[in-house]
Amino acid sequence: MSSAKRSNEPIVWFLFGTGGFFAAYFLPIHVLLYGIAFPLGLLHDPGYATTLALLEHPLVRLYLFALLTFCFFHAAHRMRLTLSDVLNMRHLNTILAFLCYGGAIAGTICAIWLLAVVP
Amino acid sequence: MPQYPQYQLKAYRPRMSAYWYLDQWHYLRYALRESSSFFVAWFCVVTLVQIAALSAGPTHYAHFQALMKYPAMIVINVVALGFFLLHAFTWFNLVPRVVVRQVLGKPTPNILSSAPNFMVWFGASVIVALFILGVF
Amino acid sequence: MPETIILEVERFHPERDTEPSYQSFEVPLRADWMVLDALNHIKDQLDGTLAFRWSCRMGICGSCGMTVNGVPKLTCETMLMDYAPGPVRVGPLAHFPVIKDLVVELDDFLAKLQKVRPWIVRKDDYQPKREFIQSPAQLEAFHQFSLCINCTLCYAACPVSGLDANFLGPAAIALAHRYNLDSRDQASDDRLDIVSQHEGIWDCTVVGECTTVCPKGVDPSLAIQQFKLTATQEWFKSFLMPRGKN
Ligand code: SF4
Ligand code: FES
Repeated sequence: MSSAKRSNEPIVWFLFGTGGFFAAYFLPIHVLLYGIAFPLGLLHDPGYATTLALLEHPLVRLYLFALLTFCFFHAAHRMRLTLSDVLNMRHLNTILAFLCYGGAIAGTICAIWLLAVVP
Repeated sequence: MPQYPQYQLKAYRPRMSAYWYLDQWHYLRYALRESSSFFVAWFCVVTLVQIAALSAGPTHYAHFQALMKYPAMIVINVVALGFFLLHAFTWFNLVPRVVVRQVLGKPTPNILSSAPNFMVWFGASVIVALFILGVF
Repeated sequence: MPETIILEVERFHPERDTEPSYQSFEVPLRADWMVLDALNHIKDQLDGTLAFRWSCRMGICGSCGMTVNGVPKLTCETMLMDYAPGPVRVGPLAHFPVIKDLVVELDDFLAKLQKVRPWIVRKDDYQPKREFIQSPAQLEAFHQFSLCINCTLCYAACPVSGLDANFLGPAAIALAHRYNLDSRDQASDDRLDIVSQHEGIWDCTVVGECTTVCPKGVDPSLAIQQFKLTATQEWFKSFLMPRGKN
């Protein structure tokens, strides 16, 4: 069996790519509304009750879970490469991988806990 | 091999500058595009906090809303939006090209593969916005 | 319009210097001159010790690649006029060991090129009695990637190849792709294994400069991303069907 098929890079790249897709499609509108338009009062913030009602829908939870998980892995992979290539930390590769992917796994666990366990 | 050491090649091996990404605009653009990842991570954490606040009740959510109103917070989020748009544009220019070429097995004009993406992107953003605004 | 232009040429003498330095030459600024013509003028008229490679003067042999004002270029098709009023900096291709002045050592690149076996490999005992039929569509699938002239501009443009000397690099992967897409070839699995090591496609972070600088319109960046897609598909296949497909 070839080294290629045993390597774990394809799975990391798959998570990175899917996350890049989610980040490109959905993060701009999220940050535009929650991060800019609502706080500045440019658009009316629908408020607690409406937002909670939205969150209670299982499909919305599924969407948020996918968005957060994939985006965390996307960010982790890219942050590792940015730190190692742009900021010349290739020699710290193992530590960087541990911190970045570890962070993504921690983020995923938080997302699961918040979306599945907390009512 | 080293029988005649005086004739050995003494090549000069250049080392890359630590600030190579400042050498050319294209490199800087790449470094900026990759830096979008830090803001992706940032906003995912913000969203986690938001969900936590929502589940914790109205007072916590009011705290979250007040937190988002800090000027520093708004500035960070405006910068984040800029980086997300940079990411989105570079992504939509690259990925469809790769996938379409892979599927069709022959060269396709870039515009044909990217343009539908931008339209779907716009549509998806509007739908998500309508959900968030409580229209549906 | 000034009649001359200053060329700042990188000089390195392996037996005297420990580091390269720049030497300025004033050369005529002629509308029909390429940067290579200016270098030949220097060599013929001003300083015969200047070393650089060239052969065809028509962008096909791939030997005249140098760094012109920070960008890898084929100097035989780079107009001197475009850099007026100057000065123009001409250096050897980045990331390669410099043998002398503008001449770089390509042994490492050639070894990488051989690794991907850039020729048609048949696994059967196919003895062609006549030409191998290939349809225009089958040709179009790889044609673009077959235009590479091994000028190594893409290696000089690629920061990853500078950061990781082991990176297989744009041209070698583009050529692996070229033969993998060829309907006559039978070694695509082997090449996929070679390029999907870490020092192959996974080292690439899609800076995309290889594609920008390529003088022949090859798109190594596209080839690498397509390989990543294929390798990932294969990974999932072997994951779902561990013993399927050889
Ligand atoms: S891919 Fe283009 S730039 Fe790279 S060696 Fe081939 S012709 Fe030169
Ligand atoms: S001299 Fe042959 S490519 Fe420039």
